[in-house]
Amino acid sequence: MKRFADLFSRLDQTTRTNAKVEALATYFAEAPESDRLWTIALLSHRRPKRTVTTTRLREWAAERANVPLWLFEEAYPIVGDLAETIALILPDPSQDSDLPLTHWIGEVRALAALDETARKARVLAAWDRLDRTERFLFNKLITGGFRMGVSQKLMTRALSRATGVPEPDLAHRLMGDWTPESTSYEGLILTPDPSADLSKPYPFYLAYQLDEGPEALGDPALWAAERKWDGIRGQLILRGAEHHLWSRGEDLMTDRFPELARLIDFVPQGTVMDGEVLAFRDDAPLTFNALQKRIGRKTVPKKLLAEAPVILMAYDLLEWEGEDIRAAPYAERRATLESLVRPLPAEAPIRLSPLVDFDGWDRLAAERERSRELCAEGVMLKRLDSPYRDGRRKGDWWKWKVDPLTVDAVMVYAQQGAGRRANLFTDFTFAVWSGGDLVPFTKAYSGLTDEEFRRITSWVRRNTLERYGPVRAVKPEHVFEIAFEGIQESTRHKSGVALRFPRMARWRHDKPPGEANTLEDLRAMLAAYG
Amino acid sequence: MSEPLLIFTDRGICCPAGGFYIDPWRPVERAVITHGHADHARPGHSSYLATENAAPVMRHRLGDIRLETARYAEQRRIGDVTVSFHPAGHVPGSAQVRVERAGEVWVVSGDYKTADDGFCEPWEPVRCHAFVTECTFGLPVFKWRPQAEVVADLHAWWRANALDGRFSVIGAYALGKAQRVLAALNSSAGPILTHGAVEATNEVARAQGLPLPPTVRVTPETDLKAYPGALVVAPPSALGSPWMRRFGPASTGFASGWMALRGIRRRRAADRGFVLSDHADWDGLNAAIAATGAERVFVTHGYTQIFCRWLSEQGYDAAIVETEYEGESLDAPAEEEAA
Ligand SMILES: [Zn+2]
Ligand SMILES: [Zn+2]
Repeated sequence: MKRFADLFSRLDQTTRTNAKVEALATYFAEAPESDRLWTIALLSHRRPKRTVTTTRLREWAAERANVPLWLFEEAYPIVGDLAETIALILPDPSQDSDLPLTHWIGEVRALAALDETARKARVLAAWDRLDRTERFLFNKLITGGFRMGVSQKLMTRALSRATGVPEPDLAHRLMGDWTPESTSYEGLILTPDPSADLSKPYPFYLAYQLDEGPEALGDPALWAAERKWDGIRGQLILRGAEHHLWSRGEDLMTDRFPELARLIDFVPQGTVMDGEVLAFRDDAPLTFNALQKRIGRKTVPKKLLAEAPVILMAYDLLEWEGEDIRAAPYAERRATLESLVRPLPAEAPIRLSPLVDFDGWDRLAAERERSRELCAEGVMLKRLDSPYRDGRRKGDWWKWKVDPLTVDAVMVYAQQGAGRRANLFTDFTFAVWSGGDLVPFTKAYSGLTDEEFRRITSWVRRNTLERYGPVRAVKPEHVFEIAFEGIQESTRHKSGVALRFPRMARWRHDKPPGEANTLEDLRAMLAAYG
Repeated sequence: MSEPLLIFTDRGICCPAGGFYIDPWRPVERAVITHGHADHARPGHSSYLATENAAPVMRHRLGDIRLETARYAEQRRIGDVTVSFHPAGHVPGSAQVRVERAGEVWVVSGDYKTADDGFCEPWEPVRCHAFVTECTFGLPVFKWRPQAEVVADLHAWWRANALDGRFSVIGAYALGKAQRVLAALNSSAGPILTHGAVEATNEVARAQGLPLPPTVRVTPETDLKAYPGALVVAPPSALGSPWMRRFGPASTGFASGWMALRGIRRRRAADRGFVLSDHADWDGLNAAIAATGAERVFVTHGYTQIFCRWLSEQGYDAAIVETEYEGESLDAPAEEEAA
């Protein structure tokens, strides 16, 4: 564990990409092979199954630290991370140990077969043999959610440096459904067998946000434009008489959208498509609100299937007739995709994402303005001659989103942040006017600079009207422009509306609170965009 | 029954029987000051009383003020009460204020730290009936390691950077923390450079006889090539500012109690966090309160609600006092640090 803890510290202690790659490459060259494989798994968000509930962990840690449970629970949100809270609150270990990472992962997995008393004894014994950092990592292994400040891209680069295997090949090898139990370092990284995993997806190509206009992209004739659909990105794989649907976050979503199983009847085997899963009815996309009801449901009730049926809005073709065609230019891949999807009957749960017709950037700007009425988030720009690349890379794909909706609101409650922002007030509740009353309608956490958070923190300390536990009611004095992506009706909120991705766009020093927006204004937005 | 010895007002902690305030945040006639930090020693009072060792920094910050000084433990009669200062171990000259009337004793801790840092006057417990304490780090997740271990880490970091041919820039609060770090360094390890705000306080500290290693103030004329692999001590706000550019691809670190939390360390985007605080940690706070023998405890800045509940459960008569003190400042605005 010391070697792994040392790697973790080195990654955690630098913001320089090169230093991180160097630390990882050294580790991949020197650590035992099983530790390497587990490290790759952890860095690509694969972790051992959770074997202990966090409730038990909190109780055991509080007991061991000799503090009441409520005190542990108060400290946790301030630290912002359960594994770290436990590591910090426990007394120093009484013993030293240096066993490999794989050993401790074995310990975590072994907990599953034990009864509660034996589990507790094992966990306490581990805590007593690990130092603060090792203990933090051990807790992370139990609770999951491992983040080491290393992107998959960066890990792939380091692995490439350590093994000599080119980066794009590694990126592909690391995708999909493997676990350290189902493969080996040799089998996954060094000498993989492509037919062994029919569900293996390709790395997604991710677009960069276009902040200025598209003029800098040069000649419009070199570009194709599509709508930026407001659904869930998905890669559909049809191989060996099976179908698999992968999310961008490498979650297998096949069972959540059973409608797509019918595609096996329409699309030939050896096909992989990139597209957007959309709720779609009467030949038009529904709003994201409709799709949202299906997110997070592993099985879908019949009623919902009828209310919000989904399709794949296909926009790229990565594999065709069993061949990886990602290196072919976009225009060519698109032409093949069109010849595949166009002839399909309307009952097939798939559509071709239409190209947006434009002859100049002005025309495209006008098309972008229509996005909201089409249930789209903006437009996508793709270079006609570009290959399908991996990860987020600048240059060939751009997303040009519509401007967010905004409302001016009064800050009414403030709460201290957690984790990164534990000593600042960062969580705020905002209200709009209804007659002479301020009605809270949303919370927002992000959008201000650190300097602005510092200023508002010092203001909150001096202008607290009342405290409700960690929440402070503050003088209704400051107006903020709240930006958001969508609005929907909500019975859970007093205001009757809920916002999507609300954030603070601007501190309106120029606006007195009396000039903030009203509940009527919000209702009008709901009628227009809900 | 007569009025309490200390009352809590919107100007600050007030002693009606003595006719003075302790660390008031709005202008008053007579201010008794625990230490020279900006949230405790404010401008605009008609007269000030502080320790001899706190005086130089206060004059440096506040200019020409009417300032009387006292030695530690020296007893002063003010109005109907007796006032004395006792070391708080926070920064040089920092004090707890003891107020006594007819055998009843109240102590205001100001900011304090119980561990000896080898630089400022070590904290001493003062027996009292009522104790007004800060609790900046009043959570059981804050447990400081011995200073020697942290300083050893700092030296190792400095050495590794020097071997890499890079500068090591450490952010430390210019008024107190920076000098504590400097005093703890092994000055033969390499050259030490300072930001102007740090060097200004260094000069004050040296003039009052505090032992600091030799340092070189960085100016636009400084030939940095003459100091390869130097350690640079700067206020936290200087890190990430244009001032840093001159050092090229330097490694950065902060010295602060907040560095105990990984989230805060990452937000500040520093390479290293050195957990070094001028405030008491969880065990320190609890030991200090126990050592006063006080039954009544008032908690001021920090995690007051949580700490107050904890103390109540431990059998103390505890209450929260709203103050405008700010605790350990990693987020102080630049102008304050430059003062
Ligand atoms: Zn202070
Ligand atoms: Zn303070």
